[in-house]
This record gives sequence, structure tokens and C-alpha cells, in this order.
Amino acid sequence: MSLPVVLFLIVAATTSFGALGVVLSRSIVRAAVWLLAALIGVSVAYFLLGAEFLGAAQLIVYVGGTLVLMVFGVMITNQGPFAGIRTKPVEWILGGTLASVLFAALVTFSLRAARPLSPEGETLPGAGPLGAAFLGVPDEQGTAFLLPFEIVSIHLLVVLIAAAYLARAKRRPNSGGGAHG
Amino acid sequence: MGEVGLAPFQILAAFLFACGVACFVTKRNAIGLLMGVELILNAANLNLVAAARFVPGLRIEGQVFAVIVIVLAAAEAAVALAIFLNFYNNHATVDVDQANESKG
Repeated sequence: MSLPVVLFLIVAATTSFGALGVVLSRSIVRAAVWLLAALIGVSVAYFLLGAEFLGAAQLIVYVGGTLVLMVFGVMITNQGPFAGIRTKPVEWILGGTLASVLFAALVTFSLRAARPLSPEGETLPGAGPLGAAFLGVPDEQGTAFLLPFEIVSIHLLVVLIAAAYLARAKRRPNSGGGAHG
Repeated sequence: MGEVGLAPFQILAAFLFACGVACFVTKRNAIGLLMGVELILNAANLNLVAAARFVPGLRIEGQVFAVIVIVLAAAEAAVALAIFLNFYNNHATVDVDQANESKG
């Protein structure tokens, strides 16, 4: 076994273990920690694929942003120090069956469809060509992505404003979070 | 990176996707559901980047779509957490089984 194979196996094992931990852990805080392992594993897989910019973006956005947001959500909404999730056995069976069937189908299709494709030694374009493509500079094939870039930017702006509006602190006459409405 | 082909990455992505689906189905906590969605989006992203690496026609497209998915996932997490916080303010719980009365 060569070094890339060993590295891939380590990364795949870490990521899979983290994902399994997210599914199986009863405490939501522990699930967040397992999710951290899975997300870091995915970002290292990007580095292994040669997409350094995406790996860095994954680390910054997911691990530094989304996961911290999620941990804050857990902290705000948690009830009690070790509030577990009670999942019925029927739901475990249903979810496990669904996930296994999906996994088997996807693996079957991947193995059937995957062909050895890329010539050896070819690497992914780095951050420079990526940024140029986003800014509408066409490459050799004439593809540019200015419009999706603008749409995503406006979408992010609108969504963040909406999120801040939704999550704002409301002043109610009777404090205490009973059901109203 | 010559010896690991497209298929192992796809299998890893399929495993992540299956874990995300199982998480989404079995968790009751709304933030647990959000974690399942993150896993699913990461699986899709891993597929995109692996395709960008191994399919010659997708050199730049795969990475561009992956960046777009990362941005959309961040936006989705932000607005979903805002909705859950609002729901928690009104109902004092984030159990999704009790969310059937959330209108009005």
C-alpha cells in the first residue's frame, strides 16, 4: 500500500467514525463533537484531492462558523445538563433500514458508473483560476460563473438579514416561554 | 494521489449521506436534524470535489459548485437556527414532535 492509499484510509475511517458518532450519540453536545470530527475529515479529504482552497474554506466556514453557531444553538436551547434524545426502537429500525438501503444503492451505482478517468499527475486548478471563474473571466472552455456568484451573494445577504430578524429578542408582556399563538 | 480513484471517495460520500439520512430520521432534537442536513450536504460536496478531481470536464465546475454549496449550507444553518430559536422562545422546547402547532 502506498502513502496516498494509507492517508485516504485514515481520513475515511475518521470521517466515517465521526458520522456514525453523530447518528448514534444520545447527547446532542456529543453529537456536535462527533460532527466536528466528520467535518475536519471531509476537509482533509479535500486536501487529499488537491483542492486546497476548498479544504481551507471548509475549515473556516463549517468548523469555524456553522459548528460554533450550532453549539451556541445547543447551549441556548438545551434543557438540563445531559438531556438525551429518546429514540424509539421502531425509529432506529426504520432509519437504519432506510440508510442501509440508500448506502447500498449509492455504492452499487458508484461502482458501476465510476471509470478510471483522469490522466496521471493532473492537479486541480488553485484559488486563482477559481476566483477568476467566479468573477466572470472565461477560461479555455469559456465557462464563467458571474451570475451564480451574484445570486449566491444576494441570497446570503438576504438570508442573514432574515435570520437576524427572526432570531431577534422579542419583548413580551408576560415573560416565561409558554405557548402563545 | 494516483492510486485512489473516484470510487472510494464516492463510497465515503455515500456513507456520509446514509449517516446524514439516518440522523435526520432518528433524531428528535431540531439541532440534531440540522446536523444530519450538514452531513448530507458534506456528502454532496465531497462528491462534487472528487468529480472535479477525476473527471476532466469538471475541473473548475466541481469546485465552483462546491463553494456555492458551502455558502448555501451556511445560509441554511443560520436561518434554520434562527427559526429554531424562535420556536424555542414560543414553546420552550426544540423537540420536533411538538412542532405541529407552530402556525400562527
